[in-house]
Amino acid sequence: MKIFRNILDSVKPNFEKGGKLEKYYPAYDAFETFLFVPGHTANTGAHIRDAIDLKRTMVTVILAMVPALLFGIWNTGYQHFLALGQPDATFLEMITFGAIKVLPIVVVSYAVGLGVEFIFGIINGHSINEGFLVTGMLIPLCLPVGIPLWMVAVATLFAVVIGKEVFGGTGMNIINVALTARAFLFFAYPTLMSGDKVWIDTTLASGETMADGYTGATLLAQSTESATTYVNAAGVQYTDIFSSAFMGTIPGSIGETSTLAILLGAALLIYTGIASWRIILSGVVGAFVMGLIFNAFAVNPFMEVPAINQLVFGGFAFGIVFMATDPVTASQTNRGKWIYGFLIGIFSIMIRVFNPAYPEGVMLAILFMNIMAPLIDHYVIQGNISKRLKRVKVAA
Amino acid sequence: MSKEIKIKRGKDIRLVGSADKINANALHAETVALKPSDFIGIRPKMLVKEGDVVKAGTPLFFDKNHENVKFVAPLSGTVAEIKRGAKRVILEVIIKADKETVYEKHNVADVKGMNGEQVKEVMMASGLWPMVRQRPFDVIANPNEEPKAIFISAFDSSPLAPDYDFILHGQDAAFQAGIEAISKLTAGKVHLNVRGNVKADDVFTNAKGVQINKFTGPHPAGNVGVQMHHLDPIGKGESIWFVNPQDVATIGKFFISGQFDASRVIALAGSEVSAPKYYRTVLGAPASTILNGNTKEGSKRFISGNILTGTRIEDNGYVGFYDHQISVLPENHEPEFFGWIAPNFGKWSASRALFSWLTPNKEYKLDTKMNGEERAYVVTGQYEAVFPFEIYPQQLVKSIMIDDVESMEELGIYEVAPEDFALCEVVCTSKMPVQSIVRNGLEKLRIESL
Repeated sequence: MKIFRNILDSVKPNFEKGGKLEKYYPAYDAFETFLFVPGHTANTGAHIRDAIDLKRTMVTVILAMVPALLFGIWNTGYQHFLALGQPDATFLEMITFGAIKVLPIVVVSYAVGLGVEFIFGIINGHSINEGFLVTGMLIPLCLPVGIPLWMVAVATLFAVVIGKEVFGGTGMNIINVALTARAFLFFAYPTLMSGDKVWIDTTLASGETMADGYTGATLLAQSTESATTYVNAAGVQYTDIFSSAFMGTIPGSIGETSTLAILLGAALLIYTGIASWRIILSGVVGAFVMGLIFNAFAVNPFMEVPAINQLVFGGFAFGIVFMATDPVTASQTNRGKWIYGFLIGIFSIMIRVFNPAYPEGVMLAILFMNIMAPLIDHYVIQGNISKRLKRVKVAA
Repeated sequence: MSKEIKIKRGKDIRLVGSADKINANALHAETVALKPSDFIGIRPKMLVKEGDVVKAGTPLFFDKNHENVKFVAPLSGTVAEIKRGAKRVILEVIIKADKETVYEKHNVADVKGMNGEQVKEVMMASGLWPMVRQRPFDVIANPNEEPKAIFISAFDSSPLAPDYDFILHGQDAAFQAGIEAISKLTAGKVHLNVRGNVKADDVFTNAKGVQINKFTGPHPAGNVGVQMHHLDPIGKGESIWFVNPQDVATIGKFFISGQFDASRVIALAGSEVSAPKYYRTVLGAPASTILNGNTKEGSKRFISGNILTGTRIEDNGYVGFYDHQISVLPENHEPEFFGWIAPNFGKWSASRALFSWLTPNKEYKLDTKMNGEERAYVVTGQYEAVFPFEIYPQQLVKSIMIDDVESMEELGIYEVAPEDFALCEVVCTSKMPVQSIVRNGLEKLRIESL
């Protein structure tokens, strides 16, 4: 610790005003404040300050994603060996395989995103914000494991530059950055982002073969055929589809399959107050209500999928817990949050069921509501303004 | 018709070092000072020069915007120094005090027989007027306006705050006389707001000619702004005046005796005070006569006023005109290794991302660190949890940042003052200087309204 301090202090003059590397000060500052919370004290206003800061907030969100990441690593291995007809592979083999596949995606996402953040910080001369710490983890978790790394890099680059930096950086963006990356990939490379081939890594070592009944279809893809019978990667029928989907032993994007792991994260986020419970609750209610409505008027298998199953299938749980609650792009008023979350729930299931090209709707629902959030807030605030005006008149 | 109002949103920050209910005598103040910077928006014009002999109550300077509003010497003596800063702004008018105080004598008739204009004139001439402040803008009351009501908050809910029940105990006559004087200033009601969950001192409960309202709940329940918002909200073009309870007694003493008696009780509090207690002293007293060795070792910050809204002073500085306490906090400039990820057990946070929520009744010893750097707004909903107004605080702050006057008005800027945003500033994840932003917005609108 003393060593770090000494190194920082010895190079600091180069980065300060008049130093050789003056324009790289934001990069130095990022490293310094990463290692040490600066000792500066309150100069104006209140003389004491809360111990929380943006770094702490962001790291708590990352912590909340760890269960989903760990489960995703295991599940990547599990699905792989299942598809190969080797369900007896050891836990360690699954974890190792998963880690080899998943961690590079995480590394690429962080490296590219933080690189862009540093470049923009240096160009604009502002300190490097922590927002990407969360985005950098969200991007890998919402991608299929089969994605080539160059696509991760391109998508991250696109999302951070076009989704965030052009608006002014962290806190200024209109749509969720991680979903921008995912939407970019989905619309730019649709064949590599959907269908039956991308969810399970089926690279074969020499001498390995696929299981006889192999299918790479997700539950949502299968829902278009039947609302009751689903098969796993080896073609074996699930005995209890709800609990399998809840536990997450199903194919899907890396971090979104296990509703249980996501709920662990949600518990942390809600308890610490960092994610809005209003958005999560109203989102779940919205999706459930939409599911019930479809059940009541079902004319095809997808509409017959029980409402409770809709909640654990696909990326809905991940989206509503980690993406919809992004405070920058969500509604900012409490009343707005209820409306925003509820409509995300409604639209997620609606798009999922009615869009034949792409069975998952949560991504588009959240992006759409990101755009609508300022409008919702506008009306909530207008309501407050006219209510207050009236109240002043009454009191007078 | 007295009202009982429950404030739900807010936060009580419990800190080590609240003042014990002991009245001590401060050392005799050899100098006292008046600081024009305490009075926001005035343009001071000196009436005395260095070396002049003044009595307690002699005008030292006046406000060029309202020439009748005089600012007077708290003690008699000679003008020792007129300290000026950049652009010759007057920082402090320091008076070397006599051993025995000599008072300016005013002939005051019985206040009961006076009308509002007469009371106003006497108060302006005698130096009492600056004690009357107004919302909107949180400045000295504009004597050309008529307020729709006058508010007195009989309790301060901020951390380590002085207890006015204790300070004013036994001063019933002076307090009542003060109420009678200020009630002449409005055709509306005088609201006296006390804490709802404890019995207020007789000095308040026996007050006549006021509406006594009870407020319960966490800070900022004691802020007059919160009380106005719940009892009599301010619209555009309206104003409400307010007076600190100890100043009410000072006004009362003047109307009884005809002289400006500046004596005041000041609480000395904070974790760096060895024996926190109350001191009898005068308005504008030097902090050194109160501190007088009663502080602990180490680097310290001295604050005139409370830790949320007070002004930083040096240990040889002077207590501000509107301040009734001195707070002393530890100052610490040590960077913290991985401080943003460490458990930080001793630190306080309103959020549950740290562990202080596990011990809600623990008294904390907090230093003055920022605990992070300023960032763009990311988190939402944080201000609302500590801001008991039907106003969207973050949106209001943003409208001030972008200088959008129309939005500021619509979002309710006339109802608020920087002190109402103090807790927002404390809990802000993005470490925004919220109080100074709000002050800038208020000043912009005040100057436009002139």
